[in-house]
Amino acid sequence: MTQELIIEAGRTEQQYWKDLWRYRELFYFLAWRDILVRYKQTIIGIAWALIRPFLTMVVFTIVFGKLAKLPSEGVPYPILVFAAMLPWQFFSNALSGCSNSLISNANLIAKVYFPRLIVPASAVIVSFVDFMISGMILLGLMAWYDFLPSWRILTLPFFIIIAFAASMGAGLWLAALNVKYRDFRYIVPFIVQFGLYISPVGFSSTIVPQEWRLVYSLNPMVGVIDGFRWAILGGDARIYLPGFLLSLGLVFGVLASGVWYFRKVERTFADVI
Amino acid sequence: MSDTVIQVENLGKKYIIGHQQQERYTALRDVMANGAKSIGQRLLKPWGKQSANPAYEEFWALKDVSFEVKQGDRIGIIGRNGAGKSTLLKILSRITEPTTGKIRIKGRVASLLEVGTGFHPELTGRENIFLNGAILGMSKAEIKSKFDEIVDFAGIERFLDTPVKRYSSGMYVRLAFAVAAHLEPEILIVDEVLAVGDAQFQKKCLGKMEEVGREGRTVVFVSHKLGSVTTLTQHCLYLEEGKILACDETAKVIEFYTNRNLQVQLESIGNIKFYRKYILSDSPVYFINIYLESDKQKGEIVELQVNQAFIIFLTLEVKREVYRANIAINIKKSTGDIVTTILAWDSEYRVDLEVGITTLECRIEELNLLPGLYLLDVGINQSTQTKAWDVIVDYPAFRVINYGNSMIIHRSNRTCAILCNKVTWRKVS
Repeated sequence: MTQELIIEAGRTEQQYWKDLWRYRELFYFLAWRDILVRYKQTIIGIAWALIRPFLTMVVFTIVFGKLAKLPSEGVPYPILVFAAMLPWQFFSNALSGCSNSLISNANLIAKVYFPRLIVPASAVIVSFVDFMISGMILLGLMAWYDFLPSWRILTLPFFIIIAFAASMGAGLWLAALNVKYRDFRYIVPFIVQFGLYISPVGFSSTIVPQEWRLVYSLNPMVGVIDGFRWAILGGDARIYLPGFLLSLGLVFGVLASGVWYFRKVERTFADVI
Repeated sequence: MSDTVIQVENLGKKYIIGHQQQERYTALRDVMANGAKSIGQRLLKPWGKQSANPAYEEFWALKDVSFEVKQGDRIGIIGRNGAGKSTLLKILSRITEPTTGKIRIKGRVASLLEVGTGFHPELTGRENIFLNGAILGMSKAEIKSKFDEIVDFAGIERFLDTPVKRYSSGMYVRLAFAVAAHLEPEILIVDEVLAVGDAQFQKKCLGKMEEVGREGRTVVFVSHKLGSVTTLTQHCLYLEEGKILACDETAKVIEFYTNRNLQVQLESIGNIKFYRKYILSDSPVYFINIYLESDKQKGEIVELQVNQAFIIFLTLEVKREVYRANIAINIKKSTGDIVTTILAWDSEYRVDLEVGITTLECRIEELNLLPGLYLLDVGINQSTQTKAWDVIVDYPAFRVINYGNSMIIHRSNRTCAILCNKVTWRKVS
């Protein structure tokens, strides 16, 4: 006996999470499509995922390490920068991908039913693939500088999960808002650009005065980046625990509220997109 | 009852429409400005009633719609533009939520509101088959097992690894329909996807749909073409302004619909704007009236007898002088099938018009139409190569009735339109 489906105002919630599972293959296909399309008709293709972070790293190393002579926590400066560059690029790509995802799939949303959460989620997956690819640069840098990570590298997946949660949470908010208020199309690039400078990407967060550390951790990416550095660099890198916990709390707060808000406005997407 | 697969109860869908809004989406700026305005109002007149915003208005696209569909039934939904057909389909396929009411659906639903939804131009045919299949709700294993069949149906083996952006539009549509045709849902919801592609392809699609119906699956089908509704469905819903006005066997509903159309026509004589498909901006000429006269009686008529000659009058307003233009008139059955196309050029008549209001006469000596309602499409352009200046579509012009010959009356329920009675029959052996 096939099960009965009931469509009623405000009752789709119960079906939703079951549907999310049932549509997992669509999720996989959408992510697969975006990855395939991403570097179509480019000459160097997937190499773009390597070149962009690499060049940014070179510039940051020269500006912050060589010119400004900022401390490097006892590791080669390029590795210090790149350990932060990885989660930051992941976050910023996911954020811009997510916020545009619903708009660029507008025809799908207006013509077919599926849990809309799939669309921004697959945008995050695409950024994650880029993240894995540019992770190879880090391995290359480590080999070049003869840098051996400590046991802490094993905790890296935990921090990757936090980075995931941060990207997803903020992405869901922006994606949902962007459907209704196209202003966010202009706000997002600004957030991404601005965030690069207020997050400790080009420098270590230890240079922030002690009394400001907690305030600084209000930026959830501070916790994520510090975590990455702690896990990858080992040795001298330390986590400022109260700040890290604050960031962690914020990340999961944003994720939970993001899912809540997205669910709340999702049912009107087809009408307003 | 156990064999009811779709049960709709008191379904309603409300939209808020903004009268001044140009864009479909809101800008944050407006929301903030309106918010500030209403706060300001509340501060100034805290006791005053909140005045209803005149820029927004409630609009019920569907209201109190209830019906049932039984297992294996093929049901059609007809109605004019804006009657709520598409909204109903969107709710049935869960794209948007109803405002009131309830629907129970038993079985796997697939909806085809558009052919080729989610096709990505950069991806190859092969990749798009998988992607589109997944979007329509097929599993990967299912697509794999039907892959060869799909490719075969579409006839695109050679171009399987070419990006679909390089496909001809025909190939594109064929591939898209091929994927959709191989869906195997228990309930299929179809919007006017058959309106695309060439005639041959449309036939193929209709055939496929009939096959689906014969296999005992339930089909909900929306179309403007009454012809395909007649061949495909057993029951029909007629929607007008969001309400169901008729729900019965297809033939009866279509009769109801055409009669109603005639009524509307009587009310809307002279309201040609209602049927205008498009008008070119800064068009030098446009139609302001279309009406008929018959040989026997003077004055506008809406009813014509079988075998009667008639005259179509076209009144035009001319803004700039026009030389050697062409006018085309389609005479159509109420099902949308074209009976004939009359071109001014066929009679070697070149349309020269001076500024002002002009009425042209087009006298049709012999066109033996069978009883029924007939619609006109009228268009004017400089030549067949240029875009038309003004196009009127589906203007319900006249009804052919039959007084004398009872034989024709009894056979009025034919699918053809032209009476061919200058025929002699005899026995040769």
